[in-house]
Amino acid sequence: MESNACAEKDRVVVTVLDPKFKYEIAKEPGGENIKYCFQCGTCTSGCPVAELDSKYNPRRIIRMAILGMRERVLSGDFIWLCSTCYTCYERCPQDVRITEVMNALKNMAVRAGYIHPAFRAQAELIAGHGRLYEVDEFTNEKRAEVGLPALPSSAPEVAEIYGVTGLDSLLSGKGA
Amino acid sequence: MKYAMFLGCTVPVRNLSYELSAKRVARELGIEFVDVPEFSCCGYPVKSVHHETALLLAARNLALAEEKGLDICTLCSACTSVLTEASRELAANEALLAKVNRSLGAIGRSYSGKVRVKHLARVFYEDVGLEAIKRVTRRPLDAFRIASHYGCHYLKPSEIYDHFDHPEVPQSLDRLVEATGAAPVDYATKKECCGGAILGVDENIALSMARAKLDDIKANEADAINLICPFCSIMYGANQRKIQAKFGTKYDLPVLYYPQILGLAMGIDAEELGLSQNPIKPKALLAKIS
Repeated sequence: MESNACAEKDRVVVTVLDPKFKYEIAKEPGGENIKYCFQCGTCTSGCPVAELDSKYNPRRIIRMAILGMRERVLSGDFIWLCSTCYTCYERCPQDVRITEVMNALKNMAVRAGYIHPAFRAQAELIAGHGRLYEVDEFTNEKRAEVGLPALPSSAPEVAEIYGVTGLDSLLSGKGA
Repeated sequence: MKYAMFLGCTVPVRNLSYELSAKRVARELGIEFVDVPEFSCCGYPVKSVHHETALLLAARNLALAEEKGLDICTLCSACTSVLTEASRELAANEALLAKVNRSLGAIGRSYSGKVRVKHLARVFYEDVGLEAIKRVTRRPLDAFRIASHYGCHYLKPSEIYDHFDHPEVPQSLDRLVEATGAAPVDYATKKECCGGAILGVDENIALSMARAKLDDIKANEADAINLICPFCSIMYGANQRKIQAKFGTKYDLPVLYYPQILGLAMGIDAEELGLSQNPIKPKALLAKIS
């Protein structure tokens, strides 16, 4: 006989829900419209990632966030799977701006200590070189061969910006 | 038409042919590009991590263009979205502009909110115009079927791009292809994302996304893919052999940047357009031309 009970890991435990979570998200840049979501699922039905892997489901993530499942949302790998294609953003009938809500959640996850290693690596590379890829001597030689101008291998002002905003201490684990 | 050319991260290191061909065709189209070596990353990869830092990286780049009295022309679609968003927000929100300037002051920069941002393809489509492109087409590519990949951030969010093209029924790239004499290929997955943004998070999903599109374009018998974003090029070009090996498929689909396609139609030598640097060599295509 089929059981109606869901798996332990999927169970929503009311006592650990945080009713203030959605208001915090709404205060983040990009998170302002989260409370408008009425769960129609237009986002998930057009999502190119959800089509391939059900562990990314934007409607479900927003539902979890509105319910107040703070830890599960912020510590989960799934929020990092948004490919930022903006298809849901364009189609959402409630203007929830889902792509930006995902960015807000990722920003909150970073502050809660859950930065995804790939995004940490990118952020650190940019601080070091001013770009995702270092313009080294070899690159400038290749550029010169085809008549393109040399570029600097670093941009110290970028690291300074990380200092101004506190992202440098966040990345080093000292908190902002 | 004079713009500061914004290269971003990927183009000047891994996609020199895009920069080379854009500059080469610009010379004959009356577009003047100014190099600004101090430009850094646009801020896009940091937006998921720290919104304020991403905004400041974008604002610093805008400030550098403003110092030269120039608007920005971008080659990468992700750069286009982050810089356009920042330029619009800062032009519309005085309090935010003041806050950003307090931070920029700490690194000796300031920004007054004047710079506008346009993707190269949009510059071709709007500033140069289809008629002018038809006029410079001396060697029409009428033997070719070319499938355009619009990607995401070139069109979306559409509200920051003045709705210059429709995100659900895009046509600017197909019209640009058509202006070179080639036949634009219509295909079901035209609007789908390349998956590039999550390549580092889940390679399997990202490559599967790129694969679906390559399958579709191949089935529609295109001779080449037309691209306007270096990250999409990493997915369809640099990773094409990896996708073939992983899924047991076969494409050998040349991936060209629009200025390379346009340059060929203008009669410019393939070498000057950096075609020998493309990951999938367009040999059959070039043979058809000569």
